[in-house]
Amino acid sequence: MGANTEVQQSTLVIAPVLVPLVAGILLLLLRGRELRQRRAFSLLVVAVQVILALGLMAATAGGRILIHSLGDWPAPFGIVLVADPLSAWLLLITALLAGFALWQACLGLDRAGRHFHVLFQLQLFGLNGAFLTGDLFNLFVFFEVLLLASYGLVLHGGGPARTRAGLHYVIVNLAGSSLFLIAAGLIYGIFGTLNLAHLARLMTAVPAENLGPARAALLLLLGVFGLKAALLPLYLWLPATYASAVAPVAALFAIMTKVGAYAILRVSTLLMGPQAGELAGLYGAWLVPLALATLMAGVLGSLAARSLGQQAAYLVVASVGTLLLAFGLGDREALAAGLYYLPHSTFAAAALFLLTDTIAKGRGPCTDRFVPGPEIPRAPLVGALFFLCAILLAGLPPLSGFIGKFLLLRAALDHPAWPWILATVLVAGLLALIALARSGSLLFFRSAALGQGGELTATVIPAAQAPVPGMSPPSAGSTLPGGEGNLSPAAAPSLRNASPVSGLSSLLPAAALLLIILGLTLWASDWLALTTAIADQLLQPQAYIHAVLGETP
Amino acid sequence: MEALLSLLIGILTATGVYLMLRAQTFPVVLGLTLLSYAVNLFLFAAGRLVVGQPPIITAGQAGYTDPLPQALVLTAIVIGFAMTAFVIMLALKARAELGTDDVDGGEY
Repeated sequence: MGANTEVQQSTLVIAPVLVPLVAGILLLLLRGRELRQRRAFSLLVVAVQVILALGLMAATAGGRILIHSLGDWPAPFGIVLVADPLSAWLLLITALLAGFALWQACLGLDRAGRHFHVLFQLQLFGLNGAFLTGDLFNLFVFFEVLLLASYGLVLHGGGPARTRAGLHYVIVNLAGSSLFLIAAGLIYGIFGTLNLAHLARLMTAVPAENLGPARAALLLLLGVFGLKAALLPLYLWLPATYASAVAPVAALFAIMTKVGAYAILRVSTLLMGPQAGELAGLYGAWLVPLALATLMAGVLGSLAARSLGQQAAYLVVASVGTLLLAFGLGDREALAAGLYYLPHSTFAAAALFLLTDTIAKGRGPCTDRFVPGPEIPRAPLVGALFFLCAILLAGLPPLSGFIGKFLLLRAALDHPAWPWILATVLVAGLLALIALARSGSLLFFRSAALGQGGELTATVIPAAQAPVPGMSPPSAGSTLPGGEGNLSPAAAPSLRNASPVSGLSSLLPAAALLLIILGLTLWASDWLALTTAIADQLLQPQAYIHAVLGETP
Repeated sequence: MEALLSLLIGILTATGVYLMLRAQTFPVVLGLTLLSYAVNLFLFAAGRLVVGQPPIITAGQAGYTDPLPQALVLTAIVIGFAMTAFVIMLALKARAELGTDDVDGGEY
């Protein structure tokens, strides 16, 4: 009985990695099937992943740590997958987000390239693997998997703007991967292992002559993770990439920056906790000022943005700043607040990306650019959803953004630089509010004013642009035979506003995401109890090390 | 041998970084490739340089060479290969769609 449940649990750990991989391969094999069937299969697989993540949450409740040793090789020699409450939490967030992004994609945007669903599942394979792996080199491999899938997804839909942004994104990330390998090589050269738990054990007694190289390797790792997370000097790739990606992809990418943040959190708590002697708290000193600067850069960018997509992308940068501030502070309260803020910021940003799509479609030729344009169909409803997103992203009471920020600021009071932290976070919140208020009033109010003054723009353009229900516009239909990103340049720019569905249903995924955030707000104390438990466990890495390596030193 | 290898890695890295900072896609791809060669050699050297030893510990052998970095390098080569192929295709696509091989597509 005991051995049996153990096998079941270790299968549960690897299942979130295997399910999307197998599904991706199957979808590739089934590419000749009808789109409807592939959509149903893809949605089903994501639902399975939500269930698996919930199962892992239940199995790891109370701080239990589950291990899967691949090929049954014992830990420091073989590769392990480790599921602790933090991994399960992130898996659940990823699976939920993926569900809503896929829902939106299934409303028509997945037509723009043949392999959307394959890439989507492979992206989830990489994400889940990165959250579960207990090995530094394996983390690199999963990073590459999720990046390679994301390269395809960024280009989904085609068009020069996406190609230009995609080229930057790919090159920057390839350079980042080289740095990751250098850091991994350095760490292997110094410690002779890449297993995180084993490294954590070796960190307690680093010989004096190895301190310098170890510090260099760990800071190089911080640079790599900072690049993935879009930390200040390394965030410049993000706005153009996210703003040019199609809405469901941009929404899914809201979790991508969190992978970098997760890696920073995992490495800093495991390898640079108080037990690490000389190297303890190495990241904290860098993270706090850089995170504050990232936050500021993000909100300033959102003020200067010229389109709603760009603004949403800059707000992702700002949320990364807030999140990494929490991880940089590194005490129990700050980590709990950060882990509560993580799903909030991910879902809120994703909802804004999904709304951006609806708004861009509703405005016809003006798309999501900040120019006065025609009135959006169902403006009151879309406006209300946008208003909710704005409250969430600016961190106003009474919703979860405020709760997360309030807890974070309360935890920051212990930090020596607390006046700086408080001032920056509060000013950033105000600036984000100004930016969103400005864009909201431009998109929703000035269009109405224009409708009365100049009737031409308000009535003629929507009539010409509004897609006929149930019939694909010619530009979307003509792109079907083309492969991933093989669209003709002429057809591509109009694709963003050429989805066959423009009913109320296109608002549902964003609305459902906002409902989840509402749940995050209403049961905040329960969620906080959960994240506090996760934070407690992160600050006691002994349990993790013990679970992976067993008793032997 | 250590000096020669480190010199080689250094030259490859410097050349790679220089080429990556160019504004055309082809030199950038070349730079990425050179950088990945440097990284592979570096990873290989992380297992210490040993000459004429097997990667397996056997009873009769005096020493061994660390097999793990070799496995890592192999993985890194495979991934790097795929990535290079992808970035070349993307560069060609950018050249076709944007009408220029400038990395910014002639804008900004």
